[in-house]
Order: sequence, then C-alpha cells, then structure tokens
Amino acid sequence: MHGTFGCVEIVCFVNYKLKQLKIYFRLLKGMLLTFKHLRNGAKRRKSFDIANANYFEQTKGTVTIQYPHQQLAVPEVGRYQLDVAIDDCIVCDLCAKICPVDCIEIDAIRATEEFGRTSDGTPRRIYAAKFDIDMAKCMYCGLCTTVCPTECIIMTDTYDKSVADISNLNYSFAEMSAADAENKRQLWEKLQAEKAAAKAEALKGNTP
Amino acid sequence: MALFILSIILVTSLALYALMAVWAERKVSAFIQDRIGPTETGKYGLLQTFADILKMLQKESIVPTVADKALFVLAPIIVFVSVYMGFACMPFAPDVLPSAANVGLFYILAIISVEVAGILMAGWGSNNKYAVLGAMRSVAQIISYEIPAAIALLAAVMIAGTLNMQDITLQQGILSPEKTLSMGFWDVSSVGGIFSWNILRAPHLLIAFVIYFIASLAECNRAPFDIPEAESELVAGFHVEYSGFKFGVLFLAEYAMMFLVSMIGVVVFLGGWNSPLPNIGSLALANWTTGTVWGIGWLLSKTLFIVLVQMWIRWTYPRLRVDQLMTFCWKVLIPASFVCMALSGVWKLFVL
Repeated sequence: MHGTFGCVEIVCFVNYKLKQLKIYFRLLKGMLLTFKHLRNGAKRRKSFDIANANYFEQTKGTVTIQYPHQQLAVPEVGRYQLDVAIDDCIVCDLCAKICPVDCIEIDAIRATEEFGRTSDGTPRRIYAAKFDIDMAKCMYCGLCTTVCPTECIIMTDTYDKSVADISNLNYSFAEMSAADAENKRQLWEKLQAEKAAAKAEALKGNTP
Repeated sequence: MALFILSIILVTSLALYALMAVWAERKVSAFIQDRIGPTETGKYGLLQTFADILKMLQKESIVPTVADKALFVLAPIIVFVSVYMGFACMPFAPDVLPSAANVGLFYILAIISVEVAGILMAGWGSNNKYAVLGAMRSVAQIISYEIPAAIALLAAVMIAGTLNMQDITLQQGILSPEKTLSMGFWDVSSVGGIFSWNILRAPHLLIAFVIYFIASLAECNRAPFDIPEAESELVAGFHVEYSGFKFGVLFLAEYAMMFLVSMIGVVVFLGGWNSPLPNIGSLALANWTTGTVWGIGWLLSKTLFIVLVQMWIRWTYPRLRVDQLMTFCWKVLIPASFVCMALSGVWKLFVL
C-alpha cells in the first residue's frame, strides 16, 4: 500500500534528525575555538625576528606589530630608500638616464682636470653641482643601482621616511655650494675659451 | 523624586555602559582575531570610545535633502526611548525598582516592539534603498523572532504564575515568599542560590532560556542575525544616512537594547538580583550576599556576562541567509518554544 509510513522511513527520519543535531555540537566547537583565542588575547608575541630559533614556535597570542614601538627585522641588504656616496660618483648620468620615472636630476660641471679618484680607482673629472633624487617619485625599481659603474648609488635598509612636507622627500646629495659651482663652471668655460683661442691661433698661424 | 534620580542615574550609566561596551566589543573581537584592538588612547585604549563619541558629537548632523525630515529626525529618538522605557519595570535590587507594575514583562515586550517602528521610520525616512532594505529585513526579523522570545518567556511565567518582574525575581531566591522547588522535588526555599533560579526550577526552562537568548540576539539585530545591517550587502542598513549625534543615539540604542534583552533573560531565567551562591549549612552564603548593593552587583554582572556572550557569538558565527533565518525561527525555535510552554503547563499541573 502506498503512503504507509514504514519502519525504513522512520529510521531514515530519525537518522536525518540526528545528523542535524551534530550541527549544534559543531557550533559549540566553533565557540570553544574563538574562546581559546580570546583567552590568549593577553599574550603578546615577543620576538618578530625570523632569525630567532623559536620564531615558528610562537603559535599563541596576538600577532599585531605596534609599528613605531615594535618593528619587523629587515635585511641589511634591504632595497628601500636610495642613498648616494657622492665622493664615489663620477657623474656619468647613467642613473638619471635609466630612471623610468625621471626622479634623478643631475647638474654636471666638467672639471679642468682630474680632481680625484673614487674608492675603486676610477678618475673623477666631473663635478656634481646638483644631485637630487625625488623619493616621492621613485618607484624603487633599483635600475639606477645596477647601471652605476662605481656603485655609488645604492638602496639602503631605511624604509620609514615620513615627512610633513612632500618637498622634504627630495633628497639632495650634492655637496657643492652655489658659489663654488659657479667658480668651477667659469674655470671650465675659461679653459674652453682658452682652448678655442689657442685653436683659432693655431688655425691662423697655419693659414698662409 | 527618587524615581527621577533613578532615571537620571539610569540614562547616564546607560551611556557610560554603551561606551564601555563598544570598547569591550572592539577588544573581544580583536582578541578573537589575534589582534590587540585599541591601545593608544588611555590605558588599554579605555578612552578610545570617549574620543570617538567626542568626535561624533562635533560632526555635522546631516539630513539628506530628499529624506522625510520628520521621520528621519524622530526615528533615533523613538528607537532610544523605546529601549530606555523598557528599563522602567526592571527590578535592580530587592528595594530598587522603578515601577512594580503587575504586567511588567508584558509591558516590556510591548515597549520593545515599538523599536521596530523607529527602525522602519529610520529606513523609510532616509529615502535610501539600502536603508529601506535594512529596515524591511529588520522588521521582518524582529517581528518573527518576538514570537519564540515571548513564548519562551511565557514558559517561565507559567511556572512563576506572575508577570510582575519583581515577583518573578523574588521567587528565585531566599527572599521567596512561597516554597521554591529545585527541579520539582528539592525544597530550596532556605538554600537559595543558583538552585532556585528558574533555569533549574524546571529542566525545560534551560531550553527555554536558550531559545530566548537566541531570539534576543535576533531582536537586537546582533550577529549571526545581523542581516538588517549586513555591512557586506547593505553598507550599514537602516542607519546608513545617519551621522553625528543622531548616529550616536542609534548606536547607544543598539547597545542599550543588548543590555535590556540580556537583563530580561537574567531576571526571568537567571534569578535577577539573587545571589548565585547557595546556603551550605551554617555557611549562609546566600543570606550574606543578598541586599541592595549585592543585588545591583549580581544583576549587572550577570547581565554583562550575557552581553559578553553575545559579543563572543557575534565574532564566532557567520551571518545567516535570510531564508535560513526564517526557517530557523519558524521551523525550529517556535515549535521548540511551544513545546517548552506545553511542558510548563504539564509541570505546573503535575509537579508543583
């Protein structure tokens, strides 16, 4: 006969309801899990240095790093802010040329003679009257550091350079004073003028 | 005059409580998620919410040009006042009671329902689709969940035989004027403590309490029943257009509502201002810990514990879908609460 509510149906129904009951135990399980975290809320992770032996042992407690007070250890060779050792710079302008965002601005003045050597022995023949890097424009690609022949422009592990005024993000690395630069420029122009005069003299002398 | 002072104390402590509850909620959620929450303003970030409310009070109170201005402005007031009026019948201690109305519980249930009108006014008055959707969901949800909540409370009221909140509380402790039976057989009139609470006076009232607790979560739009203000779907639900002081009032009402529903649960099921410590022979713990100050302390600590559980639940469970919400109410909670009420009748007839 159809429609009979047989034993099988009752067993199935009870079984189904029992399965539904499991849900409530699972809900309790979830509550216990969050309670465990709540209880560990007072615990703080002490060290955030990955070099620490028990770095992966710290599975309990809050993970927040309160930034100015606590800081993640960064590698010494971190590639963050740019820095220029201006005494090693030969003002070849390669960094300014390769920069995709044109954040490096160099004003070069030729010297009348070799005025020094960089730490790797390259002769320096050009003064940098101006060597500005606008870190607000910089995209941290690091191309300037790869092209630099004397490795004077490098990326450092300093990363927090917050400023109140954006113009403070324009870093000046040149050490020349304006008067000094003008002096050097005049010297070069004078040399050029002398050369040109000598050349003209020589040309004049050659002509019969 | 005493009533006036009591009401002033109540409204200021409610505001203070709301600030501390927001702070507690942020801390609880942070700890559950392995964060640390507010830390900078004051010790442990305790002054964070004070700073927040100061900022909020200075904000411009914007009324949208296309909003229904009267409804928009009235709504927060109605929402808060309806919640606040609910405290009128709450017994805070054996001798601290704003109103000893004989229909206390009935009045509270009725006055809480007024909140729905305020929420609908807020949603409709905002003239914003998210606000209207939130308000509609809220109304559908609160009206549905009032049924299991009320029936579960009725199960306890049938055992108590009175709607007077103070009488209900009195029965659950050593000050009971009549004989109190724990689990229907053990006379605990002189023992008191946790054994004379309603959840232990009849075993099915524990289930009724759970039903009431779940329904009360839905009534104050708390997670996992927070579809009226589901952030991921409705921005903020019915209060999306509110700013400044009006938003503050709505927020205050939400936390006051949590407190009120928890307090109703505590008074009806968990012994209200009665001490949980029983008299053990000559160690008359219940007698020693019953009194005005003790009473207020017990009531507040029990209520705050329930509020804490509400927060704990909020940060544990995901939000229910609207069909799951209604299925859970109409197919699980309402039948279960009716069974509880029927059991109460049987208990009253054959056990007590």
